[in-house]
Amino acid sequence: MLSIKNLHVSLEEEDKQILKGVNLELEAGKVHAIMGPNGSGKSTLSYVLSGRDGYEVTEGEASLDGEDILEMEPEERAAAGLFLAFQYPVEIPGVGNMTFLRTAVNAQRKARGEEELSAGDFLKVVRAKAKDLKIDADMLKRPVNVGFSGGEKKRNEILQMAMLEPKMCILDETDSGLDVDAMKLVSQGVNALRDENRTFLVITHYQRLLDHIKPDVVHIMADGKIIKSGGPELALEVENNGYADLLAEMA
Amino acid sequence: MALPKAKQDLTEATLSALPAPFDGAWAKAAQDEARVRLAALGMPVRRDEYWKFTNPAAYTTEAAEFATSTDTLDVFDAAKPLTITFVDGVLDADASDDMMLEGVTIETLVDAADVDLHWAKGLYGVLENAANTAPAKDGAALYRSVPRPLAALNTAAARDGLVIRVSGAASRPIRISYRSNGGDAMIHHVIKVDEGASLTLLEEGTAGARSNVMLEVDIADKAAFHHLRMQEPVADRHTLTNTFARLGNESTFKSFGLTAQGVLTRNETIMELTGDDAVAHVAGACLGDGNVHHDDTVYITHDAVNCESRQVFKKVLRNGAVGVFQGKILVQPHAQKTDGYQISQSLLLDDDSQFLAKPELEIYADDVACSHGSTSGAIDEAALFYLRSRGVPHAEAINLLTLSFLAEALEEIDDEALAEMVQTRLEQWLRA
Repeated sequence: MLSIKNLHVSLEEEDKQILKGVNLELEAGKVHAIMGPNGSGKSTLSYVLSGRDGYEVTEGEASLDGEDILEMEPEERAAAGLFLAFQYPVEIPGVGNMTFLRTAVNAQRKARGEEELSAGDFLKVVRAKAKDLKIDADMLKRPVNVGFSGGEKKRNEILQMAMLEPKMCILDETDSGLDVDAMKLVSQGVNALRDENRTFLVITHYQRLLDHIKPDVVHIMADGKIIKSGGPELALEVENNGYADLLAEMA
Repeated sequence: MALPKAKQDLTEATLSALPAPFDGAWAKAAQDEARVRLAALGMPVRRDEYWKFTNPAAYTTEAAEFATSTDTLDVFDAAKPLTITFVDGVLDADASDDMMLEGVTIETLVDAADVDLHWAKGLYGVLENAANTAPAKDGAALYRSVPRPLAALNTAAARDGLVIRVSGAASRPIRISYRSNGGDAMIHHVIKVDEGASLTLLEEGTAGARSNVMLEVDIADKAAFHHLRMQEPVADRHTLTNTFARLGNESTFKSFGLTAQGVLTRNETIMELTGDDAVAHVAGACLGDGNVHHDDTVYITHDAVNCESRQVFKKVLRNGAVGVFQGKILVQPHAQKTDGYQISQSLLLDDDSQFLAKPELEIYADDVACSHGSTSGAIDEAALFYLRSRGVPHAEAINLLTLSFLAEALEEIDDEALAEMVQTRLEQWLRA
């Protein structure tokens, strides 16, 4: 599904290297988790993959089902099936959540040569999916993320994911700012989307989220590289011992 | 005091080219007086403080090329308005509805000018005169009279317009449709809304290659006047509007204008809140792309207790477009409990466009709440990326953020159905 080879990334503004040779092979239908200390480059990886400005790829490649994504515009990556659930979803005053969702869904359909959804069909689908995430009609009507609580913003991210049906989902610290109940709700939303043709990359600091979204593979990232990969037990090890032991192992 | 030479020459040339005034007694007197006023004020030139950001030459010298007419005068069809059409400043009766509306008397200025003792005598040019020749000090009150010679010119030279008296709640809106075949237009409407009465006035279209359209609105106690104006994307129009309003006790004035394109547009609103507990809102949204100069100039005088005024102006500018905002709130010493708010903002989509703002507060009362703000900003890159990451193409993402930016101004439209009509047309213009 997503293949990342020897990815080196620097910040455009300052001469600072963040990713120093990341290698990842994410197979279809799997859930991979990335954990790592602050500043290890986890969020940078998610931004570079989704096409945010400000980063320069100095070496390496990333492809989605064999297609080089690094040269694509962000909207092209989205149409190709890549989705990033933001750590900090952006507030857009004046644009209704529903308008935003419909514009996005239809833009992607159009880009893929599919027919646009009618207002009626769209409404039916969005209502059903919103209900599962306990998103009420009022939240759908309000401007995108404006006045939403932390939990509502994250649920809104998952609703977008459910509507856009991407094949490659990246979740950037989706658990940050969530209470226990909200985390359950969000995890249920993610688990409902698990599918043999859909891959997840879950970036998190904490094992707790991985209790709800069970990963197949866990990677530890430090200083811009994957330093260790393993099964779910690796996350437990981090939870119990912190990163110090792993970092020491590497040194 | 003698006028500077350039101003004097321009003023003399303008006065000598004026058409003969109306024949009717009161109208002739009003136009003759305005002539004298204009001679004293002098025509505007770029060096005048009030025209610092907008060169008045295009209004005061020869007309520019104008090839485009209009085909979009249907924004408010769904509101089933009573429609009256002016073509190059002259009433087009064939393209107008019968001037019959319950609770409202509608006449043309041409007809009203012929009536000996018409109520319009008490309003035509009167608010303009008051604003142009206010005494510096009247008892405790202080005035800063700003010369508005192009408004005096309009009073002196208007050839037609509507004279509207509203005595009850108008059952449907009145729409004034403007069209142009390339001529100039000098139109003057006077509207008197009697106690407890209400009217919604809609204006759309391009009145002339160069147009000077004036509204004088007198709103009595507990009366309400709602106003929507659509200035369509006709590239080579030179549009000037002056709206003068006087508000009585517990009266309401709410005006919203949407402007797209136009090589030169200046919309002036001058309001006097003379009755207690009055509410005056004026708002505007502007789309400017390329050779566009758009100026909103507002002057609100609080002359009574416990009144509220609100100015909300938003402009989206790109490819060298220029936006101007001059907004003033003057609070007289006795106008306690005034609630004044003013915001002017621009969204600059590139480095070539500019926004020039002159927000002013002048407050002589000590128990008031007045605030103002003015900002210029670029597209929010985080929001742009967020939209694109969901698959929204770059151009459409900019459109959505543009609509998002303008939303606060459109929210000023009270009537939801009318607001939706404006929104729909805005989206059409944006995506054209």
